[in-house]
Order: sequence, then C-alpha cells, then structure tokens
Amino acid sequence: MSAHPAAHPTAHPYMANSAPDSKQALLDAVGVADAEPLFAQIPADHRSDALIEQRPGIRSEQQLRRMLEGRLRGGISTDTHLSFLGGGYWKHGIPALCDEIASRPELSLSVWGTPSSDHGRNQIWFEWASQLGALLDLDFVGLPVYSWGCAAGHALRMAARLTGRSVVVVPSNLDRERRLVIDTYCGYRELTGALTVREVAVDAATGTILPAALAEVLDDQVAAVYLETPNSWGVIETAMADLIAAAHQHGAEVIVGVDPISLGALASPASSGADILVGSLQPMGIPLYAGGGVGGFIASRDEERYARQFPTLQVSIAPTRVEGQHAFGLTLFEQSSYGSRELGNDWTGNSVYLWTVRNAVFLALLGPAGMRELAETVVANARQSARLIAELPGVSVRYADGIFKEFIVDFSATGKSVAEINAGLLERGILGGHDLSGTHDGLDGCALYCVTEGVTEDDIRELTAALKEVLA
Amino acid sequence: MTIRRYHSASWDEGVVYELGAAGRRGVVPPASWAPAADLPDGVRRAADADLPELAEYEVRRHYSHLAQQTLGMMGVSLFGTCTMKHNPTLNEQIVARPEVAGVHPRQDASTFPGLLGIVHDLEDELKNLSGMAAFSFQPGGGADAAYLHAVITRAYHASRGELAQRTQVVTTAQAHPCNPASAHAAGFEVITLPLEEDGYPSVEALKAVIGPQTAALMLNNPDDMGIYNPHIKEFIDAVHEVGALAFYDHANFNGVMTRLRARELGFDACMFMLHKTFGAPKGGNGPSVGAYGCSEELAPFLPGPRIVKNGDGYELIEPAQSVGRVREFFGNVQQLVKAYSWTRAMGTDGLREAADISVLANNYMEKRLLDIPGVTISFPGKAMPRLEMTRYSLGEWSADTGLSTLDVENRLPDFGIDAWWTSHEPWIVPEPFTPEAGEMWSKEDIDEWIDVVAHILEEGRTDPEIVRTAPHNQAVAQIDGSGLNDPDTWATTWAAYRRKHARP
Repeated sequence: MSAHPAAHPTAHPYMANSAPDSKQALLDAVGVADAEPLFAQIPADHRSDALIEQRPGIRSEQQLRRMLEGRLRGGISTDTHLSFLGGGYWKHGIPALCDEIASRPELSLSVWGTPSSDHGRNQIWFEWASQLGALLDLDFVGLPVYSWGCAAGHALRMAARLTGRSVVVVPSNLDRERRLVIDTYCGYRELTGALTVREVAVDAATGTILPAALAEVLDDQVAAVYLETPNSWGVIETAMADLIAAAHQHGAEVIVGVDPISLGALASPASSGADILVGSLQPMGIPLYAGGGVGGFIASRDEERYARQFPTLQVSIAPTRVEGQHAFGLTLFEQSSYGSRELGNDWTGNSVYLWTVRNAVFLALLGPAGMRELAETVVANARQSARLIAELPGVSVRYADGIFKEFIVDFSATGKSVAEINAGLLERGILGGHDLSGTHDGLDGCALYCVTEGVTEDDIRELTAALKEVLA
Repeated sequence: MTIRRYHSASWDEGVVYELGAAGRRGVVPPASWAPAADLPDGVRRAADADLPELAEYEVRRHYSHLAQQTLGMMGVSLFGTCTMKHNPTLNEQIVARPEVAGVHPRQDASTFPGLLGIVHDLEDELKNLSGMAAFSFQPGGGADAAYLHAVITRAYHASRGELAQRTQVVTTAQAHPCNPASAHAAGFEVITLPLEEDGYPSVEALKAVIGPQTAALMLNNPDDMGIYNPHIKEFIDAVHEVGALAFYDHANFNGVMTRLRARELGFDACMFMLHKTFGAPKGGNGPSVGAYGCSEELAPFLPGPRIVKNGDGYELIEPAQSVGRVREFFGNVQQLVKAYSWTRAMGTDGLREAADISVLANNYMEKRLLDIPGVTISFPGKAMPRLEMTRYSLGEWSADTGLSTLDVENRLPDFGIDAWWTSHEPWIVPEPFTPEAGEMWSKEDIDEWIDVVAHILEEGRTDPEIVRTAPHNQAVAQIDGSGLNDPDTWATTWAAYRRKHARP
C-alpha cells in the first residue's frame, strides 16, 4: 500500500493523537506496530488505495485562510450591490445578536445530549416553537425540516394520510423551486401512495385565487388545497377565508405557506381556519448563504389528529423529578422514522435545527411591536417602490396595491429582455429582480422585484435612474 | 483514576415569556420613507402577536444563559454514528464574509465564481475519494440523500419503463432508519435483511428476496458495530444481475477513508455526511449536508441546479433527465465551504492518518472497555478487529443491577461527558452503547471517557439509586417523560402549556 506515505512529521492541528508520542501510546496499548493490521476485515480486492490521487493537506491556518479568501475575493453579493432579488428567499436585516448567539460553540457544536445535559438548547427549541406559533396563531409546532418546499411536501402527505385521498391542489403560479420539490414529494403514479397534483388558476386581473376558480377544481378526491399568502407573485390573498371554507366543504385540508415577516401585520390564515401552516425560517435572522439559509416549519392546531401525522421531532415542556422544575423532551418520538423506521411518518434526520437559535433570538428582539413595525415598513416601502418604478416609460407593475414585499415588473413593452436589463443594471451596481419569463402564461418580459425594510428612497432613485439608462 | 467534578451552569432561567416587561424593545426596525400601506380589515392582523418584550441586553443574557446550560461538545463526546470532528473556527469566519453570507441564490452565476468554484472543487475532492462521476449537494442531510437516492431510483427505472414492476427496496437491519423510511416515503415497499451469525446478512438471504421486482439495495458498510461485510461485492453483483441499483450509505466513512472507493466496489451511488465526516459542525441537528454521489449512468437524473465549469467561469445547468428538486437551490452552501476547507486542510495524507487514528483509537477503547466487568461486545469473536466504532452491550451489568443503558446515559453528563449513543432501532444487542473515538479526541480524553464509564458501572453495583435518579449536576434534574405522548399534557409551545396547565 505504498501509494500512501507514512504519517506526516508535523502533528495535524485537527487530530490530537497525530502527535507521535500519543499515537505510539495507542499503538503500544493495542499491540500493533502500525494501524494497517487493524483494517484486516477489508478484503484485499476491495482496496482502492492506489486509485486515490494524492493531495497534500494544508496544516497552516494562515495559508488555508489566504487560499480561501483569495478564491472568494471580488465576489458580488447583496452586500456589495443593491439587490432586488427575492422569490421566496429574502434579504432582511439580521440583528447582530443572532450572529453572536448562534456562533456560541455550546450551541453550534452541540450533538444530541439529554434533556438535562443540553437543557439550554432544548429550551431554545421550545422558545422557537412558542414564538413562531404565536406569530402563526397555532400551538403545535414541529422542529424544523429542510426547507419551505419540503415543509409543503410533508404537509401535503400529512393531509393525504388524514383524508385517505390522493389529489392535492396547488396554485398555478407557484414558485418553480417549491413546485419542483412538491412534485418530488408527491411521487410517481407507478408506486404506492403517489399524489396527483392539480392546479388552480390564478386570476390574471387580481393576481389572486378566486373562490370560483378553486370551486372548479374541488371534488371529494382532494386531500388538500395548498395556498400561499403573500403568493409567489407577491400578492396577498384577500379571499382566504372563502377559499378555506370552500376547501373544507369538500372535506379537504387547507395548508397555507406564509412569509413569517408578513405576519407582524397580516392576519394569520390560521385565524381564518387554515389547518396547517408551513413556511420559511430564512427571513428571521438567517443569512442568504447562496441558498444555504433555507429551512422550513410545519405547524397546526394542537389537536391529536394533526399531531399524530407530523413527520418531525417535537419538543415539549415537561416536569422533572424536582417539584416545580421543568425540562424539554421529545414528544411523539415513536411516530418518527427514528422510532419506527419505514412505519413512521415519512422520515426525519439532521435538518437545520441551529436556525431555531437565530429565529428565537430574532423574535425575542423584535417582539410584538417590532414585528408589526417591520411588516408595516416592508409593505409601505414595497408598494411605494412599485409605484415609482411604474412611472418609468414602457414599464408597468402588476397588482401594486395588493402586494406585500414582492411585485411583478413588466418590461415587455420596453423592447428589452429581462436578461438584457439585468446585465445593464449589474454594470451599474444593481442586482435586478429575477426573470419570470417562461414561468407562467403572460409573464414574458417580466421580473419579480423584492423590496424590504432596508431599501431606502435613495436606493429606489438609484434603481429608476439606472433603469432609465438601461432602457434608453 | 481521578474523576472530574463537573457541574453545569444553573441559572434557574425562566422561559423567555416570563422575562421582560410590556413596552421593552430589543431591536427597532427602520421606519418607512413611504406612505403607510392600506391593509383592509380581514387582511390586517387583529392584535399584535403574543411575543415577549425584552431589552437587547436581556435577550443576550437569556440566550447566553441557555448556551451555558448546554453541555454539547464542551466536554468529551464520543457519540457513535455521528463521527464528531474538530470544527475549525476559521471556517466560521470565512462563511460570515459577504462573498458567502450575502450571496442570493438567484444571482447570475457569473457574479460569484469564487464561491461556485469552491463548491465545484469540493465535488472534485469527493469524486477522488469515492470514484463517483458526479455529486449533488442539494440534500439537507444524510436522510435527505437517502431520499434522493430513492427519488433517482424511481426516475431511473421509470426511464426504462420498469418502475411499475420495480416496487421494492432492500435494506438491512443495521442500515440507518432513514434508508427504509425514505425509500418508503418515495413509494417503495421495504424489505429488511436480518443479520446472521457473522454479524451481517448473507448473500443467500439477499438472493432469496431480489428479482425483477427489486428497485434498489440501500445499506452501510462497515455498519455501526464496526463490522465490514466482506461479501459486499457479491451483494452488489447480485442486485445488478436483477437490474437494480446499489446505494452506499457512507455514514461510517472514517473506517475506510482512502482505502476503498464506493464506485470501485460496484456501488451506483453513495452518500457522505459533510456536517459530520467532513468537519462542518453538527449544530444540534443541522444545517447538514448529505452529499450524494453517483455513476455516469445516474448523473443525468441528478437534481438541478448543477455547477459545471465553463472556461474560466461556472454555469448552472439542469441535467437532461433531472428529477427536479428534493429541496430548493444548491444546498447548504456555507457548510460546503467549511467541508471544502476541511478537506484541503486534511489532504489525502491527513484523511489517511484520520482513518488510521480512528480505527486505532477504537481498538484501544475496545481493549479497555472489555476489561470493565459487565461490558460485552456485539457478535463476540466475529469480525475482528473492528473498524471505526464498536457496539457494546450492558446486558450482563443490567441483569446484575436492574439498571439500563439509558440510566448510564443520564449519569454521564454529571462528569462533563456527553450522553452516549445507544443504538438506532433495532438494538440488536441488549442495553447497547455505541461510542466512536474518531480522530480528534486525545488519548487522555478517551481515557477519561472510559474511566467515567467504569466509575458509573461501579456506582451501579454499589449505589444504584444515584445512577437511577441521575443526573444530579445539571441545570435541571431527570425529565419526567410520562406525559410526553399524552395529548392532554404535551405542550410544544408556551401557549399550549398555559392552556393545559393553567399557568398564568
């Protein structure tokens, strides 16, 4: 096995026992001259040592830092450029304390522990669920799943188990990323348990789903109706109560995807009777990380019927052996895949639990008034930005009076494609909204713009001035 | 031996809702420069959300207290199956930079070539270690990578017109529960092979259950007992003969790093856990990454977007027969940067040394643990020496003392030692525990861990009550879990707690 050289003369900082004396002490105790005989279980013809290309390690942290920083240098981001990108993934302010607490090694390195040994972290999970639940008006909250799309997929499968039905209804304008995840979770018709996805049309005039359109696709095969508010075009669904009532009339469960930031000022669909809410953790104190900040939640009323279908782990407050004391332990573990393998609800595993720390700190800092003010600033900024952009010649904005923070800008009358416009904006230090061309009928030449609380009036002037130049 | 006298910080800290006072503010969002938006009744929230109200310092103090009341990896954690590694601080600083933290996933690929290049080169590193042709980093954890395999299995057989016939996935009793569970969620029927007298399933048992109805085989090797199935090539050949795919759950990679490659063994696909095996932190259950690697034949089915090199830059593509998505966007990119950094810091020489040290340390532990009365090894005398971890049984000790492995688990933190890992379902041996030394922990740490286990097992014989009622040195005592599955008492939120337990 000469393809691999003998141990490096310098101990590796990540491996305490790479110090020669430490390693020798282990070798002596085990009674071998080197580690090789300990791999005797692996048959010789299974070995591929020689096929692995040798790449020496970098033991100096300084050199490693220089290499990594050098590779990243010059990269454009929403911090270097004014950004209007959104689409279910948003740049909101991140309080400094979110970074500090989530970086504490007790939390960021934690493994699993017991309710006593990792009591503090388990309490954060509970406080996350409690605060998120308060925002949602729901009081049964599962620990996080991988993303909003995954949460929607799991919730649709919960509804199928609850109703014994196999059709799910989703809006025709659903963001492509989430739609593809939902399609995956619904499965293939050749196999057991597959769900059929049926679309409900979005009204072109209002950008919302009209109860009449929903009625057309409802029947007694429908397990669930999945809606979003604000929806994928940024529009608040104003007929939510009627949509929910219509779905319930057919015995379907109603699942709604929400932007938790909007719920500081907007009514939760749960207050209109929605059964399960899902959404993204990302806007509550999590960096963008090129998509690495995604995370999803699933919540319902605290009713056993729903609780028994959650695929997640949950943490519940509970007493301890000491009178008056409480701890936080897992509830309904046996229905998870850890407890019951393939007989459990879907599957669970390592997910994005560290994001509960960022979310919990975020919500505790903002509080009730802060969440209301944040949502009010976002919606006011976004609507005014939409109006100002719509003043540009040849440019129009759809549904500007009904949006929360995202809106469709229609450039189709300008004679320039969104790609050309975005290239021009990029030269001027701006990341334009993402291209919606081809995603739905009537959207060629359209882009989705996102405006949050951090965007100033000067920023919008900069954008409109740049657009004038690009469109000239 | 001297046993450390540990005690957790104990602040008697209330739930955040019990802190603060009306009107306090932690952060104040910017006021709008625009006229207030008109939100009609029915759209507007009727009352502010019931959130706590605290000054900024109160929030910092509260969550710092909770961090202090978390043992995590601050002592010694030999948590088996999770391969606890050093998580370098450098990597946390790198991913906090705007070139990582501030990138929006919908930016044009030309705007962040440095970051895309790192992800692309991480793929190259993993290809070198596995022999696979391509990787997807989209799965949000090891279980999600197993799910992606089931999803790709569906698409592969569907593309050949055989899915309606291939409805079964075969796994083993020692496969992680996520393998059967994710295969089932994808629509497959699951067949689980039992372990036989040598500690692994037999080729005959496999052949008896596979055929034209088989879609895939999903398993790990070595397993969580450190047992390597020497007939794995015959397993793979057999499933290939019936037209099925073979998936390698590489959760236990430490035992075989740089010594074998999944592709050369014959596997069609494999999975690495970057949040564990490749030095990114576990975060108390994520953000994690299940890096899914596959053969040239399966690569067209991978989810998009995939990063491909194009001249000096990179572009994002959707593979020709892509399954679409198992999750939005590229995956947990910040964890990919950490894994890349770790891989470069280690080098193949470091990985070789890590495998050597892991297996050496495990055998050292085995020698010392088996000297403790009442500790026995799974499948004694078989499959020796064990690779990166070993499962033990406290069955004899339990019979003597009336205590269980869970009692020991509760007592360990009293000495600053993280709870041990018992076993996934099924347990296979009575009262199991499954430690994994890995390459990070020093010999002194391993010795301390073993000394504490020996001490607790002795306590169990002399003073069983102290073990049964453990822990005693934590922020809170042993949980009374009797109501956790009762809808009348469980409470996953403060609102539910106040409602059910009539607390003001």
